[in-house]
Amino acid sequence: MADLNQLYDAILNGDHKTAVTVTRQALTEGTAPIELITNYMSPAMDEVGRRFECEEYFVPELLLSGRAMKAALALLQPLLAASGAEPAGRIVIGTVKGDLHDIGKNLVASMLEGGGFEVHDLGADVAPEKFVGAVREHKPDLVCLSALLTVTMPGMRDVVEALKMAGLRDQVRVMVGGAPVTAEFANEIGADGYAENAGVAVTVARRLTRKNHAMDEAKG
Amino acid sequence: MGGLTIGDPALLVFGVAPNPVKCGFELTVGGGQVYPEVNFTLPPLKISDETWPAVLTHYRTIASDVLRRALSLQVPGIVLEFELLPAMTERPEWGAEITSILRQQMETAWQKSGLNSALRVTPTDIREKGKPPGLRNSDLFHQLLQSFQLNAAAGAHILSIESIGGKELHDQALMYGDVRGIVFALGVLAPRDMAWLWDQITAVCQSHQSLVPGGDSACAFANTAMQLAHKHMLPEVLAAVVRAMGAARSLVAFEHGAVGPSKDCAYEGPVLKAITGCPISMEGKSAACAHFSPVGNIAAAMCDLWSNESVQNVRLLAGNAPEVFTELLVYDCRLMNEATKHGGATTLRNWMVTSDEWLSPQALILSPDATIEIAKAIAGAAGDYSRTVAAGRAALKILRAGLSNERLQLNKKERQWLDRIEREFDALPQDERTLLDEMQETYGGLFDAKSYGLSG
Repeated sequence: MADLNQLYDAILNGDHKTAVTVTRQALTEGTAPIELITNYMSPAMDEVGRRFECEEYFVPELLLSGRAMKAALALLQPLLAASGAEPAGRIVIGTVKGDLHDIGKNLVASMLEGGGFEVHDLGADVAPEKFVGAVREHKPDLVCLSALLTVTMPGMRDVVEALKMAGLRDQVRVMVGGAPVTAEFANEIGADGYAENAGVAVTVARRLTRKNHAMDEAKG
Repeated sequence: MGGLTIGDPALLVFGVAPNPVKCGFELTVGGGQVYPEVNFTLPPLKISDETWPAVLTHYRTIASDVLRRALSLQVPGIVLEFELLPAMTERPEWGAEITSILRQQMETAWQKSGLNSALRVTPTDIREKGKPPGLRNSDLFHQLLQSFQLNAAAGAHILSIESIGGKELHDQALMYGDVRGIVFALGVLAPRDMAWLWDQITAVCQSHQSLVPGGDSACAFANTAMQLAHKHMLPEVLAAVVRAMGAARSLVAFEHGAVGPSKDCAYEGPVLKAITGCPISMEGKSAACAHFSPVGNIAAAMCDLWSNESVQNVRLLAGNAPEVFTELLVYDCRLMNEATKHGGATTLRNWMVTSDEWLSPQALILSPDATIEIAKAIAGAAGDYSRTVAAGRAALKILRAGLSNERLQLNKKERQWLDRIEREFDALPQDERTLLDEMQETYGGLFDAKSYGLSG
């Protein structure tokens, strides 16, 4: 029998090989995917998040845990899809047009993936039309916009306006972040959320996607 | 590069470089005085054809404000740095138009009021837009080269860049704390790109009279690590080791024509000064407008230009921010120059050093003693890969010594990372070819080996 505590430890310690081995064995033995997620994988990631918040973990530990989680999750996904289960949320992310900085955006994308979101990363220097196209294609719950330059911050407003013009704004939430970006600026351009740093991005994304789902349910 | 030009830590002092640089309107950098280097940027403003007149007005106002304040304070000399924004490099004629405006105002201040000055122009390395970056033959490279050429023709006195070769891999390696990837990016990829790129920049400088090839910066590597460490996302000891390795990388610019002053955000500057004897620009406490650093005082200890990194042109009580930061820099420099005049430069330098050095691993490796240790390690190794590793190991040794004498305090997590980095250094292959094969396996999709002149 697979020792499922090893799955918890493997994710906590960023050991993706062990995470995959134990998950594979557990599935072979007939363990339900939802049990692996609920009892071992999610608690491990919660503990990773706690350690990061308490500064016991740095980003490398966080990302390695996220990688281990993702690798194990990849084995479960076909089974989950067959059962109709959904990810925590679907996200389109990118750095706005004219801005080449992407390390902060990459970090947020990785942390969102580790948090169980399905993430579509459009890269840096992304035009508003490309965000609109990605929203049409992927139907995300949330669009995340990053900018590091004062002169590219206005590009965030362009994306929000482009989504409105395309008739997509009420179908998706918008979260913004980056060194010069403030909560006040987020309000001013009509974004739904602002993440001060990568650490809080997952929390804000969870809050916004929950709201989005609640919105859908209310409409339905 | 052989031995060190400055081998004695006692001789590494602000304002003095063995190979001073004459540039601009009668300015000599490294000839005994420290001068302010003022850097500025736009407030939130979209750059487009429609807003272009407003953009030009901003830069006209900035130059006028800064030069007026400098004259009011009777500054003996000043450098203005124009760091192009990406849009101004993609349309090279845009950047050149601003360069021309700045140069004209500086020339007028020199002719009418005798203000000695120089204009540094730094195009954005837009090659980063390519995924993976097409470093040598892409349209983006040709735009970048044209930007250098047009800015040179428009009147720049010093050309610089914060080149990005290797960054595409380094970003990922840094976030995962992968020392092998970091070493490969800084010690194998970046030096190859810099050697090639700086040959081009030097050629542009040679085709214009009195145009100085300044220097490069490991900003995209080591300053990224510094900022992530500040936010407790990366260990400080890793940021310190990356900084030391960044010195081996930035040295390549000098081996391919750069003569200084090096870039302000290149905190590795003291090592470059020790090896080459060229003047350096640094930034610290007076760049708090742009970003945090744990090295606010120690960064000034060996500088020849003292910079504010970047500030938006926004209104403050005392005027617009660039002129306000000009005033701060002028007073910083005035104090340093006064200390020199009275034989107290070493005393002031030592206070700058000791006020910071034991409070952060990143400050510790910037002390004059540490600078010489790292410089010796680099100069004593052959080849970019070996000297990058040597610089990293020297930094580790300095940090270990600080721990042993109990003057450097590190928490358990930081100490664990120190051990981990050391283990990873011990496990590095002797030759870079082995590492290249491994990195192509691990990060192959991120970089194009041919762009670096490497066979796959």
